Amino acid sequence: MQKPDTVYFFGTCLIDLLYPNAGLAGMQLIRSAGVKVIFPENQTCCGQPAFNSGYREEALQVARQLMTCFPGNIPIIVPSGSCGGMIKQHWPELFKDQSDYDEACSIAERTYELTQFLVETLDIQLTDLGQPVKIAIHTSCAARREMGVAEHIESLIGQLSQVETLEQERKPECCGFGGTFALKQADLSGAMVTDKTKAIRATGASKVISQDCGCLMNIGGALDKQKAGIESQHIAEFLWERSHATD
Amino acid sequence: MQQTESFKKRIDKALHNEQARINFRSGMSGLMTKRATQFNDDQELQNMRDHARAIRSYSLSHLPELLEQLEQKLVSNGIQVHWAENSKQANEIIYQILKKADAKTVVKGKSMVSEETGLNEYLEHKDIEILESDLGEFIIQLAKEMPSHIVMPAIHKNCKEVAELFKKHFPDLPYTENIEELTLMARNILRDKFVKADAGISGVNFAVAETGTLCLVENEGNGRMSTTTPNLHIAITGIEKVVARLSDVPPLFSILTKSALGQPITAYFNMISRPRPANEKDGPQHVHLVLLDNRRSQIRMDDELLDTLRCIRCGSCINHCPVYVQLGGHAYGTVYPGPIGSVLEPQRLGLDKIGALTSACTLCGACGEVCPVQIPLPKLINRLRAESVNSQRSEAQISGKGSLRKMLEANTWVLWKWIYANPGLYRVFRWAARRFRKLSPNRLGGWTQYRTAPVPAAKSLQQLAREEGFSNE
Amino acid sequence: MNNARENILNHLRTNRKTNTPLPEAIFPEDNWEREHKITQISERMQAVHTEVHRIPTDGMAEWFQQQLPLRKLNRVLLGDNELANTIESSMPPSIQVTRYLRDIEEWKQELFQDIDAGITSTFGAIAETGSLILWPNHEEPRLMSLVPPIHIAVLKADDIYVSFAEAIDKQQWGNYMPANALLISGPSKTADIEQTLVYGVHGPRQLIVLILE
Repeated sequence: MQKPDTVYFFGTCLIDLLYPNAGLAGMQLIRSAGVKVIFPENQTCCGQPAFNSGYREEALQVARQLMTCFPGNIPIIVPSGSCGGMIKQHWPELFKDQSDYDEACSIAERTYELTQFLVETLDIQLTDLGQPVKIAIHTSCAARREMGVAEHIESLIGQLSQVETLEQERKPECCGFGGTFALKQADLSGAMVTDKTKAIRATGASKVISQDCGCLMNIGGALDKQKAGIESQHIAEFLWERSHATD
Repeated sequence: MQQTESFKKRIDKALHNEQARINFRSGMSGLMTKRATQFNDDQELQNMRDHARAIRSYSLSHLPELLEQLEQKLVSNGIQVHWAENSKQANEIIYQILKKADAKTVVKGKSMVSEETGLNEYLEHKDIEILESDLGEFIIQLAKEMPSHIVMPAIHKNCKEVAELFKKHFPDLPYTENIEELTLMARNILRDKFVKADAGISGVNFAVAETGTLCLVENEGNGRMSTTTPNLHIAITGIEKVVARLSDVPPLFSILTKSALGQPITAYFNMISRPRPANEKDGPQHVHLVLLDNRRSQIRMDDELLDTLRCIRCGSCINHCPVYVQLGGHAYGTVYPGPIGSVLEPQRLGLDKIGALTSACTLCGACGEVCPVQIPLPKLINRLRAESVNSQRSEAQISGKGSLRKMLEANTWVLWKWIYANPGLYRVFRWAARRFRKLSPNRLGGWTQYRTAPVPAAKSLQQLAREEGFSNE
Repeated sequence: MNNARENILNHLRTNRKTNTPLPEAIFPEDNWEREHKITQISERMQAVHTEVHRIPTDGMAEWFQQQLPLRKLNRVLLGDNELANTIESSMPPSIQVTRYLRDIEEWKQELFQDIDAGITSTFGAIAETGSLILWPNHEEPRLMSLVPPIHIAVLKADDIYVSFAEAIDKQQWGNYMPANALLISGPSKTADIEQTLVYGVHGPRQLIVLILE
């Protein structure tokens, strides 16, 4: 894709409510590369929670409302592998046999995960202004498999000279979030996040970075509960902080 | 909702079995590593998967014709063919064949379809001695357990547990925890059984319509023993296992062993096309094939769920599943565990019986990524979730559609929809959540048993975007 | 009972599926040099504990003469063909030769208990996977390569194909399939206990391949 003049930013409901700084950092990164960012006022949610719980009718109505937020034929940037994956991979399925199927497909085609956009389209170059730090990376399953962008988080962090990435055991394994799975199968999810945090803690990293706030809510919440002293942060916020040091 | 509760209990039990969890973790890590060594070229792997998928899809789209061709070929080769709509019919057919041959002792090669029909139990009730001869199956038969994995049935046991089991059942043999010695003991015990058995029962990996050939994949040689030494061989398989041509076999066989075991090939590939010809000196004089439906023809009705039947039972979805590795196979409570089990079993047995399995999945996609025939397992699990809470959705012939719909949950989603499909309401909700963030609950059921509770931020992203001068159009 | 057949087929027929095309059969490259095929097959076989010997065709008798006594074999099983005649004529007197001439039912116990090794020919081999192809028949029955603890297989170097697909194609398996066709790629093995590899579970513990050049 050619570098566009303007993009839409879909912040996702989780970020809007819980991690707004991650969303803001994503928008700032794009803007600093000279692209105008539109944040549509009426955006809410892509419909994923209901879709993954089997409530497709409800998911459809919420997705349809989101659809109205992106009328222009410009890219839609999502700072989340799983919400991006929902739109890109599952909207066509969700809207199958609906009158607005074509529109849903057009939006799916225009949807890009944030790191994907930063690397593939903007070819963003970052200068690390931060202090030396050791981190671990959690590539979300949706970023890895639905969006195919697992390597982008690595390459972006690779640009930061003062950041050392420590490799954890079983890195591609799911952290056990899975949306409502974490509530419906709480103990199972708990066992999974316990294994994941154990692997992260064993690296000695002081931060864990991911492309998805769902994973971060899970992993970060568990690390906090364990008082592990490991901070969790979204990739956008991490990149923005380090490349645009607090002035 | 009883199934949900009992599934929860099995999960709870599995999560508290520390030894089994260690065994599963090391087992699955080993299988994943070994598989990876076989596929070091992504493009080549993708080509292999495309080819294998196309072969299997062709089989399913031409199933009735291929089954008739298979039957006709087998019969002209001298192999008798039987059809069974369900487990009961299959077991009865097999029993009648054994009875007619006056067969009292049977040795069995590994067959998941026979697990599906509960054949062992059925024959034991009829006073027929049936002995599993695959080492893993032999171990779990001694332990009176179900397989915990479709390829590695005894992977939940370590050598100490096997040693204890052997001590209990064969007190005259010396106690050992040495795996080589344990294997040798099993060899000696079973060799004697192979000599004496009246009949052998096996599964089938691929049935070739073109030539009327039953293909069996194995490493141990027990499959060959069971299908060669006794004078009667009965094979049982699902109707979906047919493939059109002999030339379809090499690519499927290759991707099967690589995916399942990380082996370029197994020690034996056994292709059976006829009973013993008049001038030959060994091999069974009577060979039968039982073709089992067991709702496969129903699964095939739906254009999406049909993909379930492409499965070649390699188990790699199981090996890569982050949920299975925590639980092991027994927690699922079904013959087929893991992702393929969560897709196949609710369709086979009904959502009202075992639909809860679909809840044990994060939709992480690891299974679909490794499936050699590209079954979109996460997509099918999600589809079954929809079927299980909504009874009117599709034309799929699954029993128990809508049976997992709970009033409270359904209403919650309706409420969620109202809020999120209506930006005005959403703004009110968001304002309230932030306004009362100090009051947000710090205990959220199972969530906070393992994690801290998330707290709404002081300002929403929308607010920050405005403050930072981002446009809204 | 035969309603089952009609019920199943009718059910399948009433639901026609989109006609998915049959994929073109894949024939991997089959242009390997003879020497490459021999070294490849040897490496693959040795990787799974198969003993491989490359010997000149006229050196086979000598190999058996020397090697069988060294391996402390007392009783070997031969088939009923030219190969068996050649091997028996060169057999040292210390070794008892049994020919597989009777139906299995007449000597099953004996075969399982008293035979140390079975010696068979092969119908060809596959370099890519290190596999022997066996088509057992009345001259060399099926159990010869399965029951004795050692299986010695004689393979002509000219009969090595690159892939399984090539063998099926060139040998025209589609025209006639024997009662039993086999690929053997190493001695019997299992990893059912703790994924620990053990050779020799139900079939031969040792596989020895003589490649005749």
